[in-house]
Amino acid sequence: MNEHPEHGMADIKAYLAQHERKELLRFLTCGSVDDGKSTLIGRLLHDSKLIYEDQLAAIEADSLRSGNLDGKLDLSLLVDGLQAEREQGITIDVAYRYFSTARRKFIIADTPGHEQYTRNMATGASNCELAIILIDARHGVLTQTRRHSFIVSLLGIQRIIVAVNKMDLVEYSEEVFNRIRDEYLEFSAKLEGVEPRFIPLSAKLGDNVVHTSPNMPWYQDQPLMTMLETVELSANRNFTDFRFPVQYVNRPNANFRGYCGTVASGVVRKGDDVIVLPSGRKSRIKSIVTFDEELELAFANMAVTLTLEDEIDVGRGDLLAHPDNQPVGGNRIDATVVWMAEQALLPGVQYRFKLGARTVTGTVKSVRHVIDIANLAERPAARLELNEIGRLDIVLEETVHFDSYRENRATGGFILIDRLSNVTVGAGMIHCEQARSPRVVHSGGHVSSEERAARYGQRPVTIMFIGISGSGKSTLAHALERRLFDLGRFSTVLDGKTMRLGISRDLPHDAEGRAENLRRSAHVARFLNDSGLICCAAFVAPNEDSREHALSVIGRRNCYLVYLNPPLDACMQRDPSGLYAAAREDESAHVPGLTFPYRAPAEVQLELDTSALSVEKCVDQVMALMEADQVI
Amino acid sequence: MTAYNLTHLNQLEAESIHIIREVAAAFENPVMLYSIGKDSSVMLHLARKAFYPGRLPFPLLHVDTTWKFREMIAFRDAQAKKLGLDLIVHINEDGIKDDINPFDHGSEKHTDIMKTQALKQALNKHRFDAAFGGARRDEEKSRAKERVFSFRDGNHVWDPRNQRPELWSLYNTHINKGESIRVFPLSNWTELDVWQYIYLNDIDIVPLYFARRRPVVNVDGVDILVDDDRMPLQKNQPVTIKKVRFRTLGCYPLTGAVESDAETLPDIIREMLLTTSSERQGRLIDSDQAASMEQKKRQGYF
Repeated sequence: MNEHPEHGMADIKAYLAQHERKELLRFLTCGSVDDGKSTLIGRLLHDSKLIYEDQLAAIEADSLRSGNLDGKLDLSLLVDGLQAEREQGITIDVAYRYFSTARRKFIIADTPGHEQYTRNMATGASNCELAIILIDARHGVLTQTRRHSFIVSLLGIQRIIVAVNKMDLVEYSEEVFNRIRDEYLEFSAKLEGVEPRFIPLSAKLGDNVVHTSPNMPWYQDQPLMTMLETVELSANRNFTDFRFPVQYVNRPNANFRGYCGTVASGVVRKGDDVIVLPSGRKSRIKSIVTFDEELELAFANMAVTLTLEDEIDVGRGDLLAHPDNQPVGGNRIDATVVWMAEQALLPGVQYRFKLGARTVTGTVKSVRHVIDIANLAERPAARLELNEIGRLDIVLEETVHFDSYRENRATGGFILIDRLSNVTVGAGMIHCEQARSPRVVHSGGHVSSEERAARYGQRPVTIMFIGISGSGKSTLAHALERRLFDLGRFSTVLDGKTMRLGISRDLPHDAEGRAENLRRSAHVARFLNDSGLICCAAFVAPNEDSREHALSVIGRRNCYLVYLNPPLDACMQRDPSGLYAAAREDESAHVPGLTFPYRAPAEVQLELDTSALSVEKCVDQVMALMEADQVI
Repeated sequence: MTAYNLTHLNQLEAESIHIIREVAAAFENPVMLYSIGKDSSVMLHLARKAFYPGRLPFPLLHVDTTWKFREMIAFRDAQAKKLGLDLIVHINEDGIKDDINPFDHGSEKHTDIMKTQALKQALNKHRFDAAFGGARRDEEKSRAKERVFSFRDGNHVWDPRNQRPELWSLYNTHINKGESIRVFPLSNWTELDVWQYIYLNDIDIVPLYFARRRPVVNVDGVDILVDDDRMPLQKNQPVTIKKVRFRTLGCYPLTGAVESDAETLPDIIREMLLTTSSERQGRLIDSDQAASMEQKKRQGYF
């Protein structure tokens, strides 16, 4: 399985030290049925003396039994592992093979050629940095060749080695080779970022696999193995944009709270400022913990545990980034999707989408086009059939954060999961350059927010009065609206209680119902702001999570929190909704501030004790705040 | 090479830790199959790294066929104590009642009843929804085809022709009640990687891996260690003392020893690099027929 280092074995430790420093190259092999992929891999292993004697004996016996090559050593039997594959003489699923040479360690993904198994090919390609595409010299560039090349380029693999195989069957003709090369280049010019290299081979006989072939003196370049050993790596690794999907929260005891995950891209250092998405909370890296030692920095592909300076709420599925280099956030995704299920993808059907450590529900809004593999032409379609590739508009039920797949494989790729069968039905690659932020999505109309602001003479914001029942939220919201109206401004009141009468009538009066009511209200407030109106909102909002969510919906810059904190006694005396009286009768009632603590917000724009200040004085302060911020 | 390059072992380690954490985060009741061998030792070490400074958030399960080497059992219990592990040992009591053993019933039936059926019993009994195994793709041809997250239906059956696509490191952890996932964090490790990792991380392994003088009998060309007096010896089967070691560990009557002088980890690695046979050669259960491992796996074997 490894190079045979008979020489220099005297010092095994020196050997191990050298082996330890080897780089890893993952590549895939793909081609049409009978192009000889499995034979090529068998040949790579065999000619570099990487096959054990008992494995060789086993395939010698199998060669006689299956008789694909008239009893001659059939190297493809080394890799075709499933019984059905051996019987049918084809490759069905990706097989992984491992070998190393003095320079590198290799993982080969041997992927099936048949169109029916395209999804397995995409599986194999998704983690590779290089692809070997086999072409049968007798047949030239086929539809399958184009298909494989396109999938490979789609998955972001830039390095392609086009291996023109079975040269022995075309008398090692340079002319045949050149013709195939030119045909391929004409096609691949349309593929983004692909740099093909060409090599004439006979996998069956070994020409140009490990050793330069004496049969093709006209070929001046390296044999295949040398190419694999020397091709430059790390071309498509991203060390610029720090992204850390939180995979697991580790809380072994009260003193330790660590966020476990694999750095998706970029570099993070101890002491770095970070932002948690989607909440937008900020903190600083306190330590980078590993079993072996604490680290000063961690970079892409390292599995580490981060601790933060502040005790803020971070959970699985959140994404950490640097505040000055954030991914795109939104619930609309423009992506190219490879469809992998028998049942066609249909717009309107709900699927689960897994991005990083986050799984959210969503639907495909529309299929923009399906890509015709043969000529890369785009044609309109209403659905995606098995093995088809198309560009889709996707709408998710929650905001997620992502990058363009071209720039960042780890945060730009996602899978689609069927909600009933739980099967992985598709793989998607995000195009971010055209992703629209939610800010401009709302109307699709022609009136811009700047135009509205100019017409109304105000910046549309939400003033959110929060606090327990009886703290004066509704009173202040209406008083503020009156003051704004009298000044000729445009505003409206959004009251949690009013919401309960209509939009949120279905919700229970428990923690979950309250959070959902606030979520809906936040979207209404956002809609009002987008229409140019100032929203005077009144909500209990008893916990930080729901407030944070509301802030993220409305937009932090456009939402002002005004916390009303009179003593509980004063509120109970007012009791405008009769909540406190009811609680005296019913012990199971949930009354924030009374039966469970009201979590005071950590950061507010204004805090008012309405038991000490008159309504007018309170409104004065709110108006001063709005004027200072040039809202009005 | 940029300064931000990981060696291949660092890379494999990080990928395995990612896999282990994903299971702990996404499943309700995972378990780690612990076979006491070198691969299990590495997998356990990786799990400890994944959750440091915490403890493992799942138990370990050893399916004991009652025919393991005595040194394996002693090692298992010592490790559990030393590392404070939550270890479940499961034995197929039906098999014990029927006195199933490799001598009278043959390797196939013994393995099926005491290993495959026993494993399924244990998984059902504890309602585990995910089970880690230490199998590697380079071990055997059908394993080379298996996903890292390998779906099993309610009967623990693997359908190799209909595996879920598995892209990037986005593992699909969704299953319905009664179904389960077998997870192989060491999928992309080779035998050399495992040994080198054990060497670099100073991981404890069963002493049977190191060459010592041991009593063996030759059974059909394979040296078998006489581990206890349950071994039926014919008159013409002489016990000889040879310096041997084991490349893999299983049930002692089914595991062949290799003659060796390798007494240290570097010796073992040196020997491995020069050997001309694969590690499963000493395993009697693989060679019954060409696709026997695939069949066993389809029936629920790891």
